[in-house]
Amino acid sequence: MNAVLSISSLCKSFGTVKVADAISFDVPMGQSLGIIGPNGAGKTSLFNLITGTLRADSGSIKYQGIDVSTNNSATRCRAGIARSFQIPQPFTAMSVFENVLVGATQGAGLTQREAETVCLEILTQTGLVSRANDLAGALTLLERKRLELARALAANPKLLLLDEIAGGLTENECQSLVATINDIKSSGITIIWIEHIVHALLAVVDRLIVIDFGQMIADGKPKPIMNSRQVREIYMGLDADA
Amino acid sequence: MSARVTRSSRSSRAFAIIAGCAVVILIAAPWWAGRADMRLFSEIFLYLSLACLWNLLAGYAGLVSVGQQAFVGFGGYVLFGLAIFWGVSPLFALPIIAILGVLVAVPVAALIFRLRGAYFAIGTWVVAEIFRLLASQISALGGGSGTSLPVSVVKSIASSRATRESVVYWTALALAILVIITTVFVLRSRKGLALTAIRDNELAAGSLGVEIWQTKFIVYVLTAGLTSAIGALIFLQKIRITPDAAFSVNDWTAFVIFMVVIGGIGTLEGPIIGTLIFFVLRETLADLGTIYLMILGLVAIAIMLFAPKGVWGYVKSRYGIELFPITHRVKFEEE
Repeated sequence: MNAVLSISSLCKSFGTVKVADAISFDVPMGQSLGIIGPNGAGKTSLFNLITGTLRADSGSIKYQGIDVSTNNSATRCRAGIARSFQIPQPFTAMSVFENVLVGATQGAGLTQREAETVCLEILTQTGLVSRANDLAGALTLLERKRLELARALAANPKLLLLDEIAGGLTENECQSLVATINDIKSSGITIIWIEHIVHALLAVVDRLIVIDFGQMIADGKPKPIMNSRQVREIYMGLDADA
Repeated sequence: MSARVTRSSRSSRAFAIIAGCAVVILIAAPWWAGRADMRLFSEIFLYLSLACLWNLLAGYAGLVSVGQQAFVGFGGYVLFGLAIFWGVSPLFALPIIAILGVLVAVPVAALIFRLRGAYFAIGTWVVAEIFRLLASQISALGGGSGTSLPVSVVKSIASSRATRESVVYWTALALAILVIITTVFVLRSRKGLALTAIRDNELAAGSLGVEIWQTKFIVYVLTAGLTSAIGALIFLQKIRITPDAAFSVNDWTAFVIFMVVIGGIGTLEGPIIGTLIFFVLRETLADLGTIYLMILGLVAIAIMLFAPKGVWGYVKSRYGIELFPITHRVKFEEE
């Protein structure tokens, strides 16, 4: 089987709130998967479970056929699972270049020399090269989102998780980000992308999963799912008879 | 357009030259400074070392320990124990003490690393108190009232008092240089980049492949080892040790925290500047008695209000200079 990620019966609760309720799905190599759902549906929690920021109550997470459920996030990152955070988490007192260098030396395990070259390439690719020497704390929102992406890429992922990376951006900013993500997709990296800005998402993904109250309620080709009555009711907040 | 990455800057190169000259002048101190000055300098070197290490611990690894006196006292007591029971020469004992400090820190870390934030801080203090109580139980080392280093051991360093004081002075200087070079070396390494990432954002660091627990553990035991060696040297200079002096939270942690916070926590330069400020204040105000401590408190409050990143944090954000070649700068060259 060529699934990069294989999740089965994944459960996680905080008290009485189930953020993941028996979630199961496989992600084949090279696929771009979009995840949508209302706020509080458990999308970011799912990312936290996949990356190891949270531990599941039950169920398994297999990455390239190996169960990684008990590994910490650092181990999973070095194995090839990298993420961007919904709320950017820059190393504020380090330069943009150094932020990316952390991903390249720690996540991808490159030597200092190799890492420097890779980081400059990634900064060029993500449009941050002119900001290389500036402190990450001084970046604008778009630049912070790009830095999230750049750092995750520097870790040399096989599976890239993007958490609302287009949220809060202007239309133009959003379009250029979509172009960058499409480049990453065509380089063969498997992508899972949580996004509320549906048109940005649909410009990239081949498959869509809908989550609500910790449960997967739809999974399939983006178009039919977006048009399905169930999704329109739950996700778009439309009335059943609309 | 091509680019290259450098770490040294004009300010760091200039500082290297100035620091080199300062070291030469300080090495020659026995020929130009008085006995009291040399004692003061040794004390400054030892506090400088403690401050640099606490900064690495709290400022970088986020391990806010208020129990480093555990290792200062441990080092002091082991020095006295080795000298009194086995006649080990004090200078030869220093590296042994550093290794023993590392070994003791391993189980301590395993225990207190279960605690987070404020609980960790209190935990380190509790450990230090346990160390103090244990030391006061060793009757061969004087129990609660402490003991002095035997004359024969003191004389084994050097027969004349002047030479002995010079040797202790040079050792303190060497130890301070060793600590500073070690921290520079650590922070320039891959682990140092990981450590700096932890300083800024633990969540992001973990998600980018940094082993948080392991990195903190290494920093903890490394600083424990070096702190023990410093403790040994502190009490070699004092020649007398008691549990209260050896495990004093005021002397070996509170003043050190003051220096690091005033100078600028989370920077290499901060603890050095902070130590100098502390000693300038102490030497000029010590005659005022308790008012001196009140002034220290006011200085601390003023810095926290007006320059919360400390003196060096303020200078750095204002002028963007650094004295040690740590950060990476990308230089773009037009082709």
